[in-house]
Formats: sequence, C-alpha cells, structure tokens
Amino acid sequence: MDFVNFKESNAFMSGHVACPGCVEALSMRVILNKVGPNAVAVVPPSCTAVICGPHPNSAIGIPVYHTSLESSGASASGVRRALNAQGKNDTTVLVMAGDGGTYDIGFQALSSAVERNEDILYICFDNEGYMNTGGQKSASTPLHAATGSTPAGKVSKKKNIIEMLAAQEIPYVATASPGHLEDMANKVEKAMAIKGMRFIAVNIPCLPGWGLEDNQGITSSRLAVECGMFPLYEVENGYKYTLNWKNKDNSVDEYLKMQKRYRHLTEEAINEIQVSIDADWERLLKKVRASE
Amino acid sequence: MDDKNQRMLLSGNHAVAWGARLCRPQVCPVYPITPQTPILEKITEFVTAGEMQAEIITPESEHSAMAASIAAAMTGTRVFTATSSQGLLLMHELLHWAAGVRSSIVMFNVNRTIASPWGFWPDQTDSMAQRDTGWIQIYTESGQESLDAVIQAFKLAEQVKLPTMINHDAFYVSHAVEAVEVPSQQSVDDFLPAINVENRLDPEIGQSVGSNAMQETYRRARQDLGDAMDDVLHAKIEISHEWEKICGRDQHGGIVERYRCEEAELVIVTLGSMCGTVREAIDVMRDQGRAVGLLKVKLFRPFPITMVREALHGVPDVLVLDRNFSPGLGGVLHQELRSALYGMEKAPNIYGYLAGAGGVNVSPEKIIEYADTIEDAVPSSESIWI
Repeated sequence: MDFVNFKESNAFMSGHVACPGCVEALSMRVILNKVGPNAVAVVPPSCTAVICGPHPNSAIGIPVYHTSLESSGASASGVRRALNAQGKNDTTVLVMAGDGGTYDIGFQALSSAVERNEDILYICFDNEGYMNTGGQKSASTPLHAATGSTPAGKVSKKKNIIEMLAAQEIPYVATASPGHLEDMANKVEKAMAIKGMRFIAVNIPCLPGWGLEDNQGITSSRLAVECGMFPLYEVENGYKYTLNWKNKDNSVDEYLKMQKRYRHLTEEAINEIQVSIDADWERLLKKVRASE
Repeated sequence: MDDKNQRMLLSGNHAVAWGARLCRPQVCPVYPITPQTPILEKITEFVTAGEMQAEIITPESEHSAMAASIAAAMTGTRVFTATSSQGLLLMHELLHWAAGVRSSIVMFNVNRTIASPWGFWPDQTDSMAQRDTGWIQIYTESGQESLDAVIQAFKLAEQVKLPTMINHDAFYVSHAVEAVEVPSQQSVDDFLPAINVENRLDPEIGQSVGSNAMQETYRRARQDLGDAMDDVLHAKIEISHEWEKICGRDQHGGIVERYRCEEAELVIVTLGSMCGTVREAIDVMRDQGRAVGLLKVKLFRPFPITMVREALHGVPDVLVLDRNFSPGLGGVLHQELRSALYGMEKAPNIYGYLAGAGGVNVSPEKIIEYADTIEDAVPSSESIWI
C-alpha cells in the first residue's frame, strides 16, 4: 500500500468481521488511518457495524457509538455539540453508515445535519442495497438491478444523493472508490481540513450481494468509475465541481456482466442503462465545465 | 441579576425552563410542539441572552432531538430536552435506546392527547404509553412542582444512570400562570454538582457503546436496568429530603403524597393536575363530615408498589381517576394499582373511572359526584367511562 499516503496507526485492526475480500474493510483501513486517533465514530446498523465486531470487542481504535439505523446525522450532531461543550472542538466526529442508513431511512436526519452545517465527516459505504440483510433494494440501487425485494430488477434510477447534498450547499461532498485508494485518502485529507458538514460516498461492490468472486472487488469498483456508473468527483460549497477521473472510455457492458444482479438483463435493458448513464455523465460534465 | 431566591409570575412551562436553566445543561436538542413550545423558546431566549451556556441543536424532528440527546449524554454532558404528545410517540424507539445505554437525560413532557383525532387536550396517554421504555416517570400538578422536579430529576438521573421524564398536563399546568419560587443559582449549584460520566465517548478512553451483544450479555444489561430502577425509590426519597431542606418547600417524600387520608373511608388516587381539583373536592367533603382523602402518585415509574400498599392499607374504598385510556385495558393507573394491591390482606375495593380521558374538564363538583357513586357501586376490574 505504499502508493497510499498514510501512516498505519492501529486505527483499524485485524480480527474484524468483514467477508473475505471485502473492499469496505480496505476502505475503512484507509479512512480511519487518515482520520487518526482523535475522533469519535457514529455507526448505525450496517456492514460497518458488523465489521467492527461484537461486544466486547472492537476492530476500530476510536470509540464507536452504535446508533439506530435512521439517526446517524442526529447522533453525530449530539456527539459534536457535546464535544464542543467540553472544549474538544478539534476532535473529529466521523459517521460510517451504509446506503440504507443514508439514502433511505437516515436521509431526514442527514439532511437536517447538512442544513445546520454541523461539523461532521460523514462516510457512506455505498453497496447499493441492504446487503447486510441479504440484499434488498435501497434508494441507492441502480436501474434494473435485481435484489431480494426487486427480483425482476429495479424500475427506477439510483437516487443522486451527491446532487441533493450539493443543492444544500454542503461545504464538501465527494465520491470515492476502493479502486482509487490514493484519491480516497486525498479526499479524506481534504475533508479533514474543512470545517462543517462533509460527505463522502464510497462505492463498495458487495461480493456476495452483487454476485462477485472474492478477488473481484477492486476490478468491479474500477470498472464502475471507468464506465461512468460511479463517477469520481467532488463538489465544494455546492457549486465547485471537480472530476477526479476524467475519462469515460468503457461501455457499461463489462461492469454489468461481472455481476449476478444484472444477469437477467436483455440487450434492450442494457441499452437503457447505457443511455441513462451517458446522459448523467453529460450533465455532470456541464457542471464541471461551468465551475471551471 | 442578583443571585437570590426570587418569586416570579411564571407559566408552568416557563417554570420548567427556569428549572432547566438552573441545572446548567450543556446540550439541549429541541423541537417545537404545542403545548411544549414555550419551554424551548424560553431556553433559547436564555441562551441568546447569555444567561445560560448550552449548545442548542434544532433538528428536523423529535426523533432526531432524542437521537442527539442520547449521543450528547453518552459523550459526557448534561442534557435537557422537552416534548409532548406525538413528539413523544415519535421518540418511542429511542426512548428504549436512551435507557439501554444508561443515559441520564432529563426530558420534560407536556401531557397532550394523541391523534387521531387531532387534539390539544390534557391527557396522559402519551407518557403512559412509554411506561415500558426504562425511563423514570414523574408527574406534577403545578409550575412550582415542575420546577422543583426538574432540579431533582437531574440529580436522580445522574445518580442511578436512568433517563428521567417529568410530565405535567397541557394548558391546566403548562400555560397556567402562577407565582413560582425560583431558587438561587448558588443553591442549585450546591445541590447539583457538575456531571461526571465515567463511561463516555472519549478518544482518551476509547470505549465504544452499544455494539451487538450475545444473549447472556443482553440479559445482564436488562437485569442491570432493572436493578437501577430498584434503586430509584430510595435515591428519590433522599434527594427530595435534601432539596426540601434547601428550598424550604414540602416535597412529601418525593414518591406519593397523602392529603387528608386520616381515617379515610374513601381514598381517591390520581396523578397530575387532577390532584389539585381532587384536593378542593376533598376539602368540601371533609367539611361535610365525610372521611375522604387523596393519594397523589408523584412517581409512576418505577411504580411505588410498597408505598401505595402502605398508603392504602386498611382503607375500605379506593377510587382511581384516570386522565388516560389504554384500549383493551382501561385506565392505566387503575390497572397498575390493582396489580400493585394484588394479594394484599384487607385489600380495598377498587373502582376505576376514566374521568379526564380525552382532556375533558373534571370539576370539583364532578369529583364529589363520583365519590357519591361509590356507596352503591360494585367493585369491578373494568375501568368505567363516567
């Protein structure tokens, strides 16, 4: 990992309970080491909560408050203000939540924390569904993906939470990928230097949930970026867009075909996804150009 | 302002805000709801004027207000919040959570009817529906009692490590303006030391809170919660004696209050604002030579089983007046009292009237009428709409 700029400091320890090959565990290691020891974490029920390990063990070096599924934004605000009340304004409050706890049930509390511009670093490990409960649809599940609750494929698009938070003029919102660890580390570092609400969505190909082999996590996350399914970009203060991976060279084909959740797709459905992704990419490019 | 005891004209809700202010909470997550709102507005006014140093959080819902309260308490601070009715119901999931993590939050709830239909009337079903959440529950009947209760609640909650909810009735208490003795800051500081949460979220300590536990650990946590509830009675009695000495107001031992119960043939049992009305009715009936008394239940959770048994020992008839309704059960206080007295030697006849449920007005005259019905009534396990 010499290409990722961080000092390993027992922020994330062996003995964690992630599935073999899980790229969320890898991402947690990078993020937690970047955040450092002066931090308190808030974790709702999610893969992260499982990865931390059961009571009385914890794979994470910093204290974790395990909160309810819908409360991360509010709980983190409580921790933040209590730390401030004790003069510990320099202690980082770090949320690590899944997409269910962020896009769906936790969105109300998150949006309110963004509106108040609470000084919180919020990481969403986005595996595009309720993977921890066996793989059901969330608002983050992309078009046509089959899940436990949408066996014939989801009929609506993935909720664009980045644009929603940008519309709230959040100081910093970004996407990150375990296929681009240095970029992820840089984004955490950048976010750490900003005061106020910061949000990073990390694309997490779920090996059992998406039907990938143990060694396919990184490949899948790289393809997601390269085909534009999960563009790498950041938005500062709601208007300054920066694209961190500028080329969209691949079609969605290779990315989709690796995964079990897309195996039922007809050529027509694949084409529909391609058209939708192309349009989204064009819209994103316009925003990037407008802020140059 | 000079720091001395002051007599102020305050609404019940503003008395609560004064009580909270004197306890120096460090974090106050608040969300508006009628008829609680004057509590939060007074607190934010105090903070804006620099008379109170608290982090105010204004989230999008009561659910988030409670989520923030729990997290702030677990991070080692003193936390106060307030709510009512639907707001309390929205918090329900997290009320269990607050007790489970053993936070010492103090929350004021203004008892108001729960929808549907929509209403704004004094009815305690909102808080009674939270009786299994692991919160200490206290009911008061005046602004003065609410102020005193808030101050004592912080000490109690922090001592036994249980969240504490104090309740007073919508409008009858929340908006009624009365002269209230507001104690000096020094007297409250002497009574209530700064909070010290040993097991808190702190990078220096490194402990985590609330990860998933196996059955045996989970069971032990529930037993610990029960043990803490068992400690409440003794702790509350001591705290009420201590506060009584400082404030000079009778705290009646903090658990139940007996009013003119000497040689009583009939004792009316109730809680909240109805106690004041019952007292008035009892004065009239005593003047008529009738042996009637009041047993006011101040502490509802934990339910003071032994103390109500003692208080009602040898009383022939007991009439419970409920300003709440549990469909399929009846009046909650009526039913809880029946279980509390079960198996007691010379147990009284118990009658339960759903007198104030829905927020209907219950006048002293009505209460005398209810007392009159007891002579010919047959004790029944059912609560009666009257």
